[in-house]
Amino acid sequence: MTMTAIPAFGTPPRSRRRLWIEQITGASFALPALALLILTILLPLAVLLYLSLTNYEFGAISADWVGLANFSKALADPIIRRSVINTLIYVAIVVPGGVFGALLIAILVHGRRRTRSLYEVIYFLPVTSTLIAMATVWQFLLHPALGPVNAMLKWLGFGEIAFLSEPSTALATLAVIGIWQLLGFNMILFLAGLSAIPRDLYEASEIDGCSNGIDRFLTITWPLLGPTTMFVIVTTMITAFKIFDTVAVMTRGGPMGRTEVLLYNIYLEGFQYFHTGYAAALSFIFLAFILVFSVAQTFTLDRKVHY
Amino acid sequence: MATVDLTSIAKSFGPTKVLGGVDLSIADGEFLTLVGPSGCGKSTLIRIIAGLEAQDSGGVAIGGASVDHLRAHERRVAMVFQSYALYPHMTVGANIGLPLTMSRMTLRQRLPLLRLLSRQRREILRGIEADVGAVAAQLQLEHLLDRRPAQLSGGQRQRVALGRAMVRSPDVFLMDEPLSNLDAKLRVHMRTELAELHKRLGATFIYVTHDQIEAMTMSDRVAMMDAGDVLQLGTPSELYERPASIKVAQFIGSPAINLLPATLAGSGRIELFGRPLSLAVNGTAGASITLGIRAEALSLAQGEPGQGGRAWFSARLRRKENLGSEYILHFDLAGRDAPGVTTRATAATAATVNETAEVALTFDETACHVFDVGGERLEPRNGGAVSSVVPLRA
Repeated sequence: MTMTAIPAFGTPPRSRRRLWIEQITGASFALPALALLILTILLPLAVLLYLSLTNYEFGAISADWVGLANFSKALADPIIRRSVINTLIYVAIVVPGGVFGALLIAILVHGRRRTRSLYEVIYFLPVTSTLIAMATVWQFLLHPALGPVNAMLKWLGFGEIAFLSEPSTALATLAVIGIWQLLGFNMILFLAGLSAIPRDLYEASEIDGCSNGIDRFLTITWPLLGPTTMFVIVTTMITAFKIFDTVAVMTRGGPMGRTEVLLYNIYLEGFQYFHTGYAAALSFIFLAFILVFSVAQTFTLDRKVHY
Repeated sequence: MATVDLTSIAKSFGPTKVLGGVDLSIADGEFLTLVGPSGCGKSTLIRIIAGLEAQDSGGVAIGGASVDHLRAHERRVAMVFQSYALYPHMTVGANIGLPLTMSRMTLRQRLPLLRLLSRQRREILRGIEADVGAVAAQLQLEHLLDRRPAQLSGGQRQRVALGRAMVRSPDVFLMDEPLSNLDAKLRVHMRTELAELHKRLGATFIYVTHDQIEAMTMSDRVAMMDAGDVLQLGTPSELYERPASIKVAQFIGSPAINLLPATLAGSGRIELFGRPLSLAVNGTAGASITLGIRAEALSLAQGEPGQGGRAWFSARLRRKENLGSEYILHFDLAGRDAPGVTTRATAATAATVNETAEVALTFDETACHVFDVGGERLEPRNGGAVSSVVPLRA
């Protein structure tokens, strides 16, 4: 970097050669990452864009150019509209639950001395497990007749609830499972953020009059966790948008389409009905959603997180 | 304004004893410095006074009243941290104003959204702004009030930390090595500024440092600590001129005091390198003692050594250090079982010595310090001035 500051005019040939070597070295360091980026992201995106403008069907030999027909079809499709709304509802439950729940747990766990690592492991376990397998376990737990959750509800004197087959509760139930899956990872991120806050600041605030936990949280913890919170919100939101596995295993979009979500519909169109061109157009819409939300969040939150 | 009284403060962290029953009385408006090597317990002591740490036993009283049951913010003390501990997300103005915000506003008035409901909030804010402005003016920070700590230089951050301490007009200022993160030049400047601030505010200052120069230059009194005990408490000149023990003598003063092994002959006369001195102390014959001679009390002998009955010994130059205004000369004691000695000299004198030949070093016996085997001070029987200083730990 400093080498580029040397003016090319009048530099001895040896140093010009070094500059050239340095540029080559720099480029070759960046090359593997660039190659991977092109192969795994940019190239598939280009193919996706091309497919979304055709009526290609999986396995077909040729396809016709249809322009934006796939996109206008998607915007008019009531099933797609419903799945977008369902996805947004799911995100609206999972993001606050997954972020603030994890923050609360992180603060509680951070306060433990000897048992801290035990709690860390307990809360992190769901992250390490396969969600498909866990979904089966949840299905058993929530089963109206066999599941322990309903047994407990009955014991407490409530009626039994068919969490996953009742239209009013199915999506919320999936959201709770989504939160459960996310909590551990977000907690670890918040714990890292909490550990990075200097102890001096808490002591200074104690002398300055922050006498209770609420004062300390509002004066020090919350503002200083700003960058962590922003990161957690954005990653949680992207993960929530990608809800698929619990739907595929537990509800298949039912009951009455209440748990149809965007990614599940893309899967259906692409791999069940083989409408590859249409599925590609839906994927583009999905990507646009994530991009718009992430950018908007980063900009609005970034303005409030500064130091 | 208040006195601070500590009575037998003891503190251990697990099996490690940090403070072993410290007694200290600090007068109203006094500048007291706790000085000592790292790990001597000085920081723990100041944190106990602040209320950040609880003592195992003993009591703290501020202004004559016990504060042991009070939380840190109720003790009317302010603290300046070594790291300054400025809130990085707040402007300089908000940093200085935080103690006032916390004390003058209710939780409801501080909460986002809810605070919009409060009518007095604007008035309180205006009052805080005025007070912050007044403090900022005293510290020449007015033009920085909207900046954030990350945008300030080290010296400016230091002043913001001072402002945050001053704004509540506390009775006692506690400072935990506030200058050690500054560069050497700024440190010298801030020493003066702190001393002037103390004079202007008239508050009690308790200052922790490991730098003996800071302790010597700013304090009314210095408490030298080691291993959780106060070794000596006195004015800077008392500590320098009459150190109660070898540890105090070694810690205070730069270059460090010269320590030479000596023995007691009959009748308490001191023998240095086999040559009797006129100096005498009480003690049994044959006991080994240590003789402490400050660098400025040691000089190159002019003419014949031993002239006029002055004590002397021979040494060979190892190195000259040029300080500009003077030289520090380092000597080896040729063939003797003793560490080298240092002496101050003018440039002209320094030019007369070199590494090739041995020279005679002579010293003023009345300026010598005598320590017994345990490192405690022994008072000279004749010649030296009579002293009333008694080692605290005896």
